[in-house]
Amino acid sequence: MISKEKQVLMLTRMIRIRLFETAVIECHKSGEFIGGVHTYIGEEAVAVGACAALNDSDYIAGNHRSHGHPIAKGGDISKAMAEIFGKEGGYCKGKGGSMHLADFSIGILGESGIVASSVPVAVGAALAAKIKGEKFVSMVFFGDGASNQGACHESMNLAALWDLPVIFVCENNQFAVTTSYKDSVSVDHVSDRASAYGMPGLLVDGQDALAMFEATEEAVSRARKGEGPTLIEGLTYRYEDHSLGLAAVRRGAYRTEAEVEKWKKRDPIDLLKEKMISQKIVSDADVERLTEVERKSVEEAVEFARTSPFPGPEQLFEDMWTDPID
Amino acid sequence: MKNMMYAEALNEAIMEEMDFDKSVYYMGEDVRASIYGASNGLYKKFGAERVLDTPLSENGFIGAAVGSSLVGMRPIVETLTSFMWVAMDQLISQAAKMKYMFGGQASLPLTIRAVMYYGGGAAAHHSDRSYPMFMNMPGLKIIIPAFPEDAKGLLKTAVRDNDPCIIFEDGNLAGTRGDVLENSEIDSGELLIPFGKGKIIREGTDCTIVGIAGGNLHAISAAEDLEKEGISVEIIDPRTLVPLDKKIILDSVEKTGRLVVVDPAHKVCSAASEIISMVTEEGFWNFQAPPIKIAAEQVHIPYAPSLEPLIFPDKIKVIEAVRKTME
Repeated sequence: MISKEKQVLMLTRMIRIRLFETAVIECHKSGEFIGGVHTYIGEEAVAVGACAALNDSDYIAGNHRSHGHPIAKGGDISKAMAEIFGKEGGYCKGKGGSMHLADFSIGILGESGIVASSVPVAVGAALAAKIKGEKFVSMVFFGDGASNQGACHESMNLAALWDLPVIFVCENNQFAVTTSYKDSVSVDHVSDRASAYGMPGLLVDGQDALAMFEATEEAVSRARKGEGPTLIEGLTYRYEDHSLGLAAVRRGAYRTEAEVEKWKKRDPIDLLKEKMISQKIVSDADVERLTEVERKSVEEAVEFARTSPFPGPEQLFEDMWTDPID
Repeated sequence: MKNMMYAEALNEAIMEEMDFDKSVYYMGEDVRASIYGASNGLYKKFGAERVLDTPLSENGFIGAAVGSSLVGMRPIVETLTSFMWVAMDQLISQAAKMKYMFGGQASLPLTIRAVMYYGGGAAAHHSDRSYPMFMNMPGLKIIIPAFPEDAKGLLKTAVRDNDPCIIFEDGNLAGTRGDVLENSEIDSGELLIPFGKGKIIREGTDCTIVGIAGGNLHAISAAEDLEKEGISVEIIDPRTLVPLDKKIILDSVEKTGRLVVVDPAHKVCSAASEIISMVTEEGFWNFQAPPIKIAAEQVHIPYAPSLEPLIFPDKIKVIEAVRKTME
């Protein structure tokens, strides 16, 4: 049984991501920032369910669809929004932008703009746990597209070979930009590949946050016991195009409106909310209240991002080195 | 002073650093059996937990080294330059960029030992001298020791440094010998050579030769011959390319008025190009003759023993270049 507090936390964080991303879209439309942005709307249950099984001392690494993971792990949305705006008050002082959110203070080792590139990095954090003899675990989020990268395969082999405490979370949103995973993945499911490396592979309903949590909790428990990695595939769907603005340049369709609508009927936030209401964990009024709180904090985050200054030219050469050189 | 081989000096550095700090670990292909020499004895002394034989997955394990360095480990990764191509994503997209990209949050105390084998019939796929490409990418410290003492002292400094360091080791130097200061002869009790400090290998007044890695050996033998002709050569080994000790080079050219750079890497956009460009920008009026670059010809490394030697710098090419600056 998943505790009531945990479920409320998960619902809160999913709503937070949804509202955050909605605000990102609005600010992008109104031209408040430039740069590529990939929203997590529709996929909230994957990161939130998975991260709910972690402690602050555990590590995560992510990918270009980069706002959901840090928020799911409890990151600061004002710093995240300011980073997307390229401002000094952002997580990376405006030097990383949307695709490189990171918060090392709570184990967020950063998002990566190169798909699958953070997978070996997460394996390395797990290797550190093993060498140090510590109990922290490491989790990496990557997409169906990234699952075809060599980095992914090399990492899975290494992690399984050395029994490293890694949880590989494949967010199968079914499209690498516009290419269906059915046209790019050689097996029916990415999770089928786990057996090739000698680790458990689980196909999970990625719209069901509780299912994601339960699968991850078990994987985390195995990892902490030194029993090695697990590959979890959350089958999910992104509501928006690959990136904001892509619709304006894209010439052809790659999915139907009907398919998008069908997936929206299994909206991850609605699913969790309804389950929690039916089990009387929360009431409609509770959900409304917490949504209002989140809406307000997202508004504050946008305001913080707007008013934070851009980094000045004196900051151009800062943060290159830990031990500076001339 | 202790006379030892280049590879032995590296081995001593690794041993000392693994003794010094438990967060230092060593990984690479065939390192337990130490097929290249520098990891000799590590497995016996430090065991399986800290000396890792890896699968043939350079992108995977170099990425793992990066990730472990983010959370407090100090990995030393052994590889060959030619195998680094398949790990470029982790070296460039992650190791070099992470700290800046994350606004300074990351620290990457990561050392890559990149061994360059060339000149021995290894052909195009195993003869890379790739340091210029990495110099072009901000975020990496580039070390090129040519002598055993520098190999030991700079490798130790790299392991203690908190940024990604790549130490390019010239495979032709592995068996060369030199005197290395013993710890008992050093006030601090250990040999730590700072980055960005070049060394005058030989003093002279007529022409400056900057030697890169194994280029120094050609410079030394050329200088000995040239001395007989009455030409006095000053040899500077910058020892690290990032950071580069500009001052020692500029001061030398100010004295000699002439510059030849001997660099075993391909000549286009090379370390030699950068050094000549730097001196041209910052010390042009000291030139009494155009500077000359003696670097590898811009062609792949052929296997045939009749062809390969034509590519690289050698004593004769260096002598001719110095004579030309004296015309």
